[in-house]
Amino acid sequence: MIGPGNYVALSVILFVIGGVGVLIRRNAIIIFMCVELMLNAVNLAFVAFARLHGNLDGQVIAFFVMVVAAAEVVVGLAILTSLFRSRRSASVDDANLLKY
Amino acid sequence: MNHGMVLAAGAGAETQTLAFWILAVVAVAGALGMVLARRAVHCAVLLAGVMLSLAILYLLLGAPFLAFVQVIVYTGAVLMLFLFVLMIVGVSSRDAIVETIKGQWLWTGVAAIGLLVLLALTIGHAAIGPAASSGTAYSTGNLQGIARLIFTTYVFPFEVTSALLITAALGAMVLAHRERITPKPTQRELARRRLTAGQPTPLPGPGTYARHNAADMPALLPDGSPSKLSVSPVISGRGFELQPGESGAPLPEIAPGEVLPPDSDGSAPRQDEHEGAR
Repeated sequence: MIGPGNYVALSVILFVIGGVGVLIRRNAIIIFMCVELMLNAVNLAFVAFARLHGNLDGQVIAFFVMVVAAAEVVVGLAILTSLFRSRRSASVDDANLLKY
Repeated sequence: MNHGMVLAAGAGAETQTLAFWILAVVAVAGALGMVLARRAVHCAVLLAGVMLSLAILYLLLGAPFLAFVQVIVYTGAVLMLFLFVLMIVGVSSRDAIVETIKGQWLWTGVAAIGLLVLLALTIGHAAIGPAASSGTAYSTGNLQGIARLIFTTYVFPFEVTSALLITAALGAMVLAHRERITPKPTQRELARRRLTAGQPTPLPGPGTYARHNAADMPALLPDGSPSKLSVSPVISGRGFELQPGESGAPLPEIAPGEVLPPDSDGSAPRQDEHEGAR
């Protein structure tokens, strides 16, 4: 029988995969996508815990997470386009102006 | 009766188990493919697959409202925004998976395994039981229940969310705005620039006087040489540009004043393409 525990385990696996992607990829857009994957994994955990407790609070929190993620994507992609406009690259290794 | 109730309550336990395992495998495979895919567009498509399977998992968990919000907001809006920016930033930019920092992959693996073990131990220790029995919140009253919570208990976070959305929209406009550093050219200046540039007429269209008029076929000048100006730099820059003799039979010699009959070009297999080109 599939209980909320299985969903939480799936959410953990997706979260770790997203974290690995954030650490190993260098294209900033793909890093953003991996962050979105981590947010989705957390949403799945919220909905599973809401099902576990039999109330709807977790679903409302997941809804708020979606709204915040949408706002974050808008601002983040605007930063990326302005960065690409000035440096002609979307790689995070090229944005090292403060390094030297 | 809404869709989520049909899926969650109408499906038997075996169906739910089967659906969960199929969707879990699809989601994990899509996530792994997204992390490992070379091109950013492939990453976006795989992420769309992961998000859609998560939406169906929400249906199975009795959250039909969130399932549809997931499809509309995430798969519909957020991923389309990602694809928009990908098209601006450059579709063909490949992200070579090369280790740039020494030991990065090793420590990434250590961190990933550590995080996985930590979370698995914590959650395994928590002994999550079966789902609690619930009232109408998980059958017909899902949408009403969420609306009641949002507009009573969570009304202040909801209002703060609207402020956040307005701030994000303004921030995106400010960040994506480009300041004009040269004055806007007037119509007189534009006309003068055009006449002094050496090409006062519009650029030739592709395929003019050539054997077919696809966009990758350069136009032929009156002396038979291809015109570089007629093919879009997007096509020629990626090496897709054809050469005049490349797509069909060699050009026949035409005497001045001679009119070719319609079937005399000697390329029977390409007849349908000629028809389509007209």
